[in-house]
Amino acid sequence: MALDKNGIAKRIAQELQDGFYVNLGIGIPTLVANYIPKGMNVEFQSENGVLGMGPFPFEGEEDADLINAGKQTITTMPGAVFFDSATSFSMIRGQHVQLTVLGAMEVAQNGDIANWKIPGKMVKGMGGAMDLVASAENIIVAMMHTNKKGESKILKKCSLPLTGVGCVTKVVTNLAVLDVVEEGFKLLERAPGVSIDEIQNATQGDLIIKGDIPEMKIK
Amino acid sequence: MINKVVNSIEEAIQGVADDMTFMLGGFGLCGIPENSICALSKSGIKGLTCISNNAGVDNFGLGLLLQKRQIKKMISSYVGENAEFERQMLSGELEVELIPQGTLAERCRAGGAGIPAFFTPAGYGTEVAEGKEVREFNGKPHILESALTADFAFIKAWKGDTAGNLVFKGTARNFNPMMAMAGKITVVEVEELVPAGELDPAQIHTPGIFVQRIFQGKDYEKRIEQRTVRTRE
Repeated sequence: MALDKNGIAKRIAQELQDGFYVNLGIGIPTLVANYIPKGMNVEFQSENGVLGMGPFPFEGEEDADLINAGKQTITTMPGAVFFDSATSFSMIRGQHVQLTVLGAMEVAQNGDIANWKIPGKMVKGMGGAMDLVASAENIIVAMMHTNKKGESKILKKCSLPLTGVGCVTKVVTNLAVLDVVEEGFKLLERAPGVSIDEIQNATQGDLIIKGDIPEMKIK
Repeated sequence: MINKVVNSIEEAIQGVADDMTFMLGGFGLCGIPENSICALSKSGIKGLTCISNNAGVDNFGLGLLLQKRQIKKMISSYVGENAEFERQMLSGELEVELIPQGTLAERCRAGGAGIPAFFTPAGYGTEVAEGKEVREFNGKPHILESALTADFAFIKAWKGDTAGNLVFKGTARNFNPMMAMAGKITVVEVEELVPAGELDPAQIHTPGIFVQRIFQGKDYEKRIEQRTVRTRE
């Protein structure tokens, strides 16, 4: 069965490593924070100027001066720090953040990503996405494999305006885990109960299948 | 000690005029100069170019200036939550320039730091790079971005002293320190104005040299855009 959004987040959480500084985008990526493996120390960076982000506050303890990049009220962990936006993007562009997880409308097998603009629709802006994808060495995209019409979002070439070029290294969808390699999308794992044929049918880009493809281990 | 204190909001915004370029601190509604925005709204000046990460919501923040059609052009990274903004943009009344957030922050910082331009990897290969010089450093392409300055910068700090030294609270810092540096006239409103000497010099976030006018703000609404809580177990 295909994963739901929490399932995708759980699988991505397995990519976390002790001591990582991590930037989570809005949407599915935010959910990753709920599934940090026990005993592991990671710190979450939010580009509006906080490192060491904690969970949402209890009701009545919200502070208007303490929000994340999605403008949601948050708390901080011991050891947290606040800084200005230029310092925040110094951390991002300067590759001090080890892992970036973000959503996408489309990814292509050359590593291109599109996630900020649909021509003809209201343009809200790229926010920090272009800075994040241009600099991070380790970018995981969290997304649904197809759109609501069932069309693939895992493509040979992006059709939407790009956010960044050649930057995506790994994609985790509701159907599969894919690595972006020279020849295309290398299938690493399939969602529990999902067949290779189903993944192939939902993938417009070149899918590379070598050997046995294990199922994701999701608790 | 050079005294930066002005005694009224009218004095604080003295000299603002039609067609000027302003910077306004804040991320979403967090750390926005509420008092200054109200005063600018009342002043009726128009044709403004506003540099601000976001554009407020319909009836708060920069939304107040949009409602009265005082803004000609917005320079921002994300302008989501504002129906009037969308209407003016789609009808062509409002010009909008969207800039990657880190580039926007750095362009403000550069403007205040005497750096006329810089290369960044952000936006390479996208429409943001159109018409811009590309150069390779360390095997990676970068685009040339220029500094931003403004006739006035409107800043919100938590505490400030009479010398203009500033301390920010939480994530309300965001764009405020860089914009304070990049304003020709930087106007700061604070929640608590204290005598010079009261703030620990080692704990000041923005030195008073970047500030021309400071005043005690009032009636802060501090609206929350996305109130998100968890339940107690």
